Amino acid sequence: MTTEPIAFWFLAIVLVGSALAVVLSKNLFHAVLWLALALTGTAGVFLLLDAEFLAAVQLLLYAGGIITIVVFAIVVTERLVGERLTQTNMRIGGGALVSAVLLGFIVVVLGKHPLAATRPEMPGDLTRAIGQAVLTRYVLPFELLAVLMLAGMLGAIYFARPED
Amino acid sequence: MGLQPYLILSAVVFCIGLFGVTTRRNMIGILLGIELMMNAVNINLVAFARYTAQVTGMVFTVFTICITVTEAALGLAIVILLFRVRRTVMADHLDLLKG
Repeated sequence: MTTEPIAFWFLAIVLVGSALAVVLSKNLFHAVLWLALALTGTAGVFLLLDAEFLAAVQLLLYAGGIITIVVFAIVVTERLVGERLTQTNMRIGGGALVSAVLLGFIVVVLGKHPLAATRPEMPGDLTRAIGQAVLTRYVLPFELLAVLMLAGMLGAIYFARPED
Repeated sequence: MGLQPYLILSAVVFCIGLFGVTTRRNMIGILLGIELMMNAVNINLVAFARYTAQVTGMVFTVFTICITVTEAALGLAIVILLFRVRRTVMADHLDLLKG
């Protein structure tokens, strides 16, 4: 367990750095690529928290799926070179102030409350436990989720249909 | 390592995402900020699930990941539709509902 802090700080630096690059990058296409790095770093954090299944889901759905969709959306709506891609920020001071105040608030609240310092042993295989929970106790939300995703897919196809 | 570093990391990523949402002009950039915020929430859920040794938080994370993917697909479909109608994706040019 001595490698955990090193891995955590490495991942934290990667995650925060790439997240900053996502919001500050002038080129939107570069921002998407930085987002891919941030999502992969999150998968690493999940691995650090012993959630291998979630790390795999994260890589497949987020880093694979969302990045592809966003790249397609940029290609459809923007030119990849030229002046239009520069995302000049209008209210950068206000946004920074709001974010900093919220962050300070969260850190103060976290500092005031005692939190678990050690992690308890997880009983058995985590992936198996997730699968069993999804298909027994949480089977109704799981099926509703399928309906939601179908509705979302139909909605996206309806929006993107060719014009008559 | 305790739970606290994970929560602070997630708070930092969440606030960076919020900064992106409030300062980007491009609607796709705003969606990227929302993805970052959702990501921070997922880190929070998994960290709490791991440190309380309960699998519920991880199941919930599976659900939030699926919902986020649906939201991103729909949001980008709306962006493409708006671009088709207005020929722009800049949020401050989209003032159709302004009286």
